[in-house]
Amino acid sequence: MEKQLALQMRGITKSFGPVVANNHVDLDVYRGEILAVLGENGCGKTTLMNMIAGIYFPDEGQILIDGKEVVIRSPKDAFEHKIGMIHQHFKLVDLFTAAENVVLGTESKEKYNLKAVNAQVAQIAERYGFRLDPAKKIYDMSVSEKQTVEIIKVLYRGADILILDEPTAVLTPQEITRLFDVLRRMKEDGKSIIIITHKLNEVMEVSDRVAILRRGEHVATVNTAETSEAELTEMMVGKKIDLNIHRSTPVNAIPRLVVEDLNLYNAEGIHVLKDISFTANGGEILGIAGIAGSGQKELLESISGLQPVESGKITFYNPKKDRPVSFFHKSMKQVRALAAKGAFHDRNLNDVTFHGMSNKAVRKWVQNGDVLFREDEVMNLRDKTPLEIRQLGVHLSFVPEDRLGMGLVGSMDITDNMMLRSYRKGKLGFLNRKKPKAQAEEIIRELEVSTPGVSTPVRRLSGGNVQKVLVGREIAYTPKVLMAAYPVRGLDINSSYTIYNLLNRQKENGVAVIYVGEDLDVLLELCDRIMVINGGAVTGIVDARTTTKEEIGLLMTKTDERKEEDA
Amino acid sequence: MNIWLNFLIDSLAFGATFMYGSTGEILTEKAGHLNLGIPGIMCMGGAGGCLILNMIGKSGLPPFLIVILGILGSLILSMLCGLIYSFLTVTLRANQNVTGLALTTFGVGLMKVIMSKLDATVYLIGPKMMYRWPFAGRQDSLQCLGVLFFLAIIIVLLSSWVLFRTRVGLQLRAVGENPATADAVGINVTRYKYMATCIGSGIAGLGGFYYIIDYMVSQEAYLSLEAFGWLSIALVIFALWRPHLTIIGSFVFGFLFSCSSYITNISWIQVTMATKPLLKMLPYVVTIIVLVISSIRNKRENQPPASLGLSYFREER
Repeated sequence: MEKQLALQMRGITKSFGPVVANNHVDLDVYRGEILAVLGENGCGKTTLMNMIAGIYFPDEGQILIDGKEVVIRSPKDAFEHKIGMIHQHFKLVDLFTAAENVVLGTESKEKYNLKAVNAQVAQIAERYGFRLDPAKKIYDMSVSEKQTVEIIKVLYRGADILILDEPTAVLTPQEITRLFDVLRRMKEDGKSIIIITHKLNEVMEVSDRVAILRRGEHVATVNTAETSEAELTEMMVGKKIDLNIHRSTPVNAIPRLVVEDLNLYNAEGIHVLKDISFTANGGEILGIAGIAGSGQKELLESISGLQPVESGKITFYNPKKDRPVSFFHKSMKQVRALAAKGAFHDRNLNDVTFHGMSNKAVRKWVQNGDVLFREDEVMNLRDKTPLEIRQLGVHLSFVPEDRLGMGLVGSMDITDNMMLRSYRKGKLGFLNRKKPKAQAEEIIRELEVSTPGVSTPVRRLSGGNVQKVLVGREIAYTPKVLMAAYPVRGLDINSSYTIYNLLNRQKENGVAVIYVGEDLDVLLELCDRIMVINGGAVTGIVDARTTTKEEIGLLMTKTDERKEEDA
Repeated sequence: MNIWLNFLIDSLAFGATFMYGSTGEILTEKAGHLNLGIPGIMCMGGAGGCLILNMIGKSGLPPFLIVILGILGSLILSMLCGLIYSFLTVTLRANQNVTGLALTTFGVGLMKVIMSKLDATVYLIGPKMMYRWPFAGRQDSLQCLGVLFFLAIIIVLLSSWVLFRTRVGLQLRAVGENPATADAVGINVTRYKYMATCIGSGIAGLGGFYYIIDYMVSQEAYLSLEAFGWLSIALVIFALWRPHLTIIGSFVFGFLFSCSSYITNISWIQVTMATKPLLKMLPYVVTIIVLVISSIRNKRENQPPASLGLSYFREER
């Protein structure tokens, strides 16, 4: 079958102020193929696609459709040339139904009739194998459903060239499989599909050809069948990189955060956390696996004091005082008196009373370093606000899922964002800006954040760089517990491995790291233990070194099966 | 019983002022612009209408023509204000609150200058000759509803129909909810914002005209107009951004305002000169209560448009 050119880009250049996002990029797309556009964060993939979709206008270069030069000045022009883009951040009106969103912006001589639109939407959904209720409101939808609406919206306008910007970033493995099936069906239908991604396995699985961009420049376009993941990575990064996570064996792992029988109801009264119990050890990475929305977010938020829990205990063992008891400044009598008050515990957190033990035995036990102070070291974190937790001297760092919503303030610069952690310091109500600024500069240097300077609003950085700033700030707080929710979501390979290494370094420093992730391969490579949750309940805690992907996958869906059997 | 019938009609008639103001504000807010210039625009609408009537009041033209020209004058001046507001907030992306407040200060001041130069005996002539319902022929009766009242009802219902039943309405709501989305699907965001703001201002301006010419028919009417502009904005929240609900809200507000003058007719309630101002506070107290109650509701459909008060710039990241 002879391939027909659908879209050509010739020498496309676009710059934002001094930053050149695309530099003379050439790209060809054929009919009936899936082209993957691969590149690191901030390499200009999205900018390039936005120019085809009419969001941005190129400074230089031509775009040809079916061999004819066209000018795309607005999304409307793009639709006229049968180009449709599905953005990474969905462009949907939350308050409208699926059908209302689909029909939005279309011009038709026909009378506006929502019923007819509903029927048409259902028809398109059926043709390509989507599942969708046209009358459902967007705010009631899951991410995957929203994406379906976006795709149908584009198809409804009769698009022949579909651009998908990181469509899989927020989907579960099953949803990804379903999406790829749909894409293949569209390909057979003669549509051209451009998919932006940086997940190599997906590129290999679904695409016909791969175009690689690096720092705004087009490096190469290769046939997927003739390349390998390693080769693609090399072209993408520009150098060979090591795709291994160096996991060390935990040393001296002692309990740091103990959660017992935690129960939580959300605002709608739904039981989101059910009797969750686990221990996070210092010097260890505890992974949390589970299907998105199984209670991961609520768990981390209740630990950090953002959500009031119904019942259960959250206890923190302060390592600062987690030191062995010694006889320095104390007599045997004093030691025994303290022990009787319950001031000591052993390595397993059992009370040490020295009851019925000889002085000699006590002395030997204590000198072994196995008896630890309990005094103030056990702190209850339940029902405390983040500020109260901080005032207790508990260094609890939290890298939330929603970077620019909960983690950072988008319109403030890096220095100001650093100060969100330190604004209470400083004298007489004046802020101390010097230290945060130095810290910001250090993070930019150490984590290789690409930014024009410390005074650039965080919002203007690319996703990976935003994440580096956030993780950098949380680590600079010298945490004892570091909780990270999907810290590599939407990040390219290079940045992801920077983050993994950072977490590993924290673990080696004795921090208890809690890592919520979605990529099972990474969880298996990075974590020491993995806790699997499903529907708000723990279905198992497994050793990451000995378990398999299948075992975790099974645990992730465990309750579901039971429910189905009941029904 | 006649006095109570008058009370109800009076409430309705008074409420029409709010209907105009709120419907105009709703249209603007649905496009994502919080127009605090509504009080000023209502004043300008009133002044514009009276200015024309002052010129043609004694020209001997047929009454309906006089009224129509008055309406036109009112529309032109208030839409001009809307155009200034749109230019500042949409094109220049100025702060909406500050722009709106400035417009109110400007509008109220200019109206007072204009109105003080006009001759009330001239500009109030035309409407007095107008056909009034339901007691046609009794033009002297204040408690009759004039054409502008029915126009208010028509505009309100038409606005609701357009907003919730047509393609244009869908697209306008999309602009107010999420302009980036609207832009991405090819809707001309700027045009929708301009149109909604200008048409909304025109409707609000008619409210001012209605109040002076059709409801009050008095020389001092314009002095209290500004307060009703602010109440109209408050009424938008009460009406949950649905024009047809402003009918109910307006009636309630009108009822409370008329209260103070009718309550003296109830023999067992003693109203003295000292307590009368307390009665006049009623609508404002109720406004506060309504705002408190309506802020508690949490249904998604009853929230203000999501991007209300935010400027939109396509290439901003």
